[in-house]
Amino acid sequence: MIEYFILSASSFSGDIDNLFLVITLIIGFWFILVFGALVYFTLKFRRKDGVKAEYITGEKHSETKWTHYPHYAVIAMDVVIIAANIIVWVNIKQTLPPKDNLIRVIGQQWSWSFVDAGPDGVLDTADDITTVNDLHVKVDETYHFELQARDVIHNFSVPVFRLRQDALPGRTIKGWFKPTNTGSFDIQCAEMCGYGHGIMGGAITVHTKESYDETIVQIKNGTYESHYQKRMGTKTPLPSNTSHTEGHNSFAVLLASIF
Amino acid sequence: MSQAAAAVETGIHAEHHEDLNFLHKYILPLDHKIIAMQYIFTGMIMAIIGGYFAYAFRMQLAFPGELVPGYGLVGPGEYNMLVTNHGTIMIFWVAMPVLIAGFGNYLIPLMIGCDDMVFPRINRLSYQIFLVSALVLILSFFVKGGGFGGAWTAYPPLSSVAEYNLTDWGSSLWVLAVALEFISFLLGGINFVTTAMNARAPGMKMMDIPIAVWFIVIAVILFMASVGPLIAGAVMLFMDQRIGTTFFLPSGGGDPLLWEHLFWFFGHPEVYVVLLPTLGIVADIITVFSRKKLFGYKTVLYTAFATGGLSFVVWAHHQFIAGIDPRMANIFVVTTVLISIPLAEMMFSYIATLYGGSIELKTPMLWALSFLAAFLIGGVTGIYLGASALDVYFHDSYFVLAHFHYTFFPITIIGMFAALTFWFPKMFGRMMNETLGKIHFWGTFIPFNCIFLPLFFLGLAGQHRRIYNYQHFPDLATQELQNIRIFATVSLVVMLLFQLVFVYNFFVSMFKGEKAPDNPWRANTLEWSTSSPPPHGNFKKLPTVYRGAYEYSTPGREEDFWPQNVAPE
Repeated sequence: MIEYFILSASSFSGDIDNLFLVITLIIGFWFILVFGALVYFTLKFRRKDGVKAEYITGEKHSETKWTHYPHYAVIAMDVVIIAANIIVWVNIKQTLPPKDNLIRVIGQQWSWSFVDAGPDGVLDTADDITTVNDLHVKVDETYHFELQARDVIHNFSVPVFRLRQDALPGRTIKGWFKPTNTGSFDIQCAEMCGYGHGIMGGAITVHTKESYDETIVQIKNGTYESHYQKRMGTKTPLPSNTSHTEGHNSFAVLLASIF
Repeated sequence: MSQAAAAVETGIHAEHHEDLNFLHKYILPLDHKIIAMQYIFTGMIMAIIGGYFAYAFRMQLAFPGELVPGYGLVGPGEYNMLVTNHGTIMIFWVAMPVLIAGFGNYLIPLMIGCDDMVFPRINRLSYQIFLVSALVLILSFFVKGGGFGGAWTAYPPLSSVAEYNLTDWGSSLWVLAVALEFISFLLGGINFVTTAMNARAPGMKMMDIPIAVWFIVIAVILFMASVGPLIAGAVMLFMDQRIGTTFFLPSGGGDPLLWEHLFWFFGHPEVYVVLLPTLGIVADIITVFSRKKLFGYKTVLYTAFATGGLSFVVWAHHQFIAGIDPRMANIFVVTTVLISIPLAEMMFSYIATLYGGSIELKTPMLWALSFLAAFLIGGVTGIYLGASALDVYFHDSYFVLAHFHYTFFPITIIGMFAALTFWFPKMFGRMMNETLGKIHFWGTFIPFNCIFLPLFFLGLAGQHRRIYNYQHFPDLATQELQNIRIFATVSLVVMLLFQLVFVYNFFVSMFKGEKAPDNPWRANTLEWSTSSPPPHGNFKKLPTVYRGAYEYSTPGREEDFWPQNVAPE
């Protein structure tokens, strides 16, 4: 169901979409059943003159079975949901498949920096490629990332990959993804990080092998044009509709004008 | 007659039941009913501020960069301040004071048949501290730098370091206000539990207590047991802000995750703290208007205990992807999904109560039934978010936002209207206008769904929260998604306009409404056995209780209700 609203572009995004579907089927069943009973009882048992309500305590076994049996069914379906969830979760967050590439992702107020370990696969060496707000990756290759934050908590979020992970200052958090579709997509910061949280974005571009090599050459010889800027087009990434100080005072001015 | 017997006869606090001047009756009251009104009216004023904030930031989302009529420009910093304080106000200064402090104060002594709270002066002090906390919060909007904008969860280091949040005093006053508010409710909570357990009318056994009182008591116990860590956390945060400690700052050896644990250890039980009073109120209303005994009184009560207990071991489901050990998530998935078991059982019992009833759709009943319907959506969508693997996608997205508005809106707003329309005749001695009440109901409930149902789909499309302008995210800047945002905003404006109907109905009925009889709904509980409104001291003669609260349509009786205080023939 999620893939109807947004592209599914990583190796595990399909698992998440399927889990969503499984849970939707289960809770959809319960929702229709319970909502139907609520509406049906409300319509059927409207007050009629001369008809008294029934006296049901709900404490005899013949009565409690009407709530207890559905209750047992809820438990059974809970077990299904928990099991399905743990399978998907263990695959995404608890296991690291063998890596093809290594990157470091650094969040700071209010931009993303990306360091690609380059051909040697080791960070902090001379062949590292550093970009800002712009991440270039190859399709069908597994990326490990080391997530860091310089100041406050950020969240590295790529919706088409179904990937979100908090970045905590003072820690390095490891994770992975494997893109399956080429194209250019949004990177978000999905944790409130202050004044510029609303503009903290980036672009991830998933390349074929050839276009990736081409882009790396451009980055190295300086002819590169940021994909993030290209995607933003005329829209400036800076807050455009107010200055920093104005913004804080207009509510105060308004209330002051009332009193 | 001995002195003690005389005290029982006239009530424990007989000495302050004489006529009082205006100052002592309304400004510095000891009467629990007036204190309850103070809480409810303060909460409603705060709700207007919170609603105004929602209006301002929803307008900015629908029409980014335009002047918002009645507000002005909403810049990024101000947008953060608006969403932060909207959340803070609606949870801490509306849901808590109206449902727990307000209706708890009003209902507990009346429903258990006692003349007042056992500690009336602590009760008064509790409200006064609450009022100060509200004023401190409002003050924080006006200090240099503006109000706090780091989200109502206030994760450090953003909330603790002025260079990061740019609202030096705004964030400190915010923490101070929240801490003061907790102190106020701790004082109130002690009072509620003591009163409900010790001051019940003769003959009222534990299992004769109305569910509304029980659930408020359970909620208060949950609150008191969970708030300690957060008060400690708030003090640490305040010290980080003002005297340079580094409890939550990694560069000084602290840890931001510590705050998340302290906050959510309180934050999740808090959901049930505000939920349970509404569930209790709804239980009372549906039994009265379907003329039915509550289906499985004890089962409902025990499920509330189970929910409360479980709510203490689920907090890390807010932190699945916050950097905790991923293996820990599996444990919290199990506990979180398990919460569906007692709550489903409770829901089944409520709906079974309707079976075979004689249902009258008066305004309070419409609110109560709509609560069940809306909360059902909030409840089932919670299952998605309890599953950690889906949290990888939904964390901090509009799906989360829509989910918890489908729980908190029914709890806070629908619950408040249900309770107000139901007990209005008792509170003010007059009836509310039914027609206006129903217009207001439909004018609130339909737009409410139009606001929040579409937001689920924005969440599915990957829209993340607390962004003042989605034009900066090309995948989210499409016209289709923008149309959904505009639709939600227009629905919000419609809903806010319909609240004027309620305000009109409320105040006109209060002074000019039809005079209410003592027991307009033919209900069983003790508050309906005294006059409307009850005098200071509540009962002319303290009642004696002979039976449980839900003896409706008892076989062999001519009338379809059997008040708790009527002696058997």
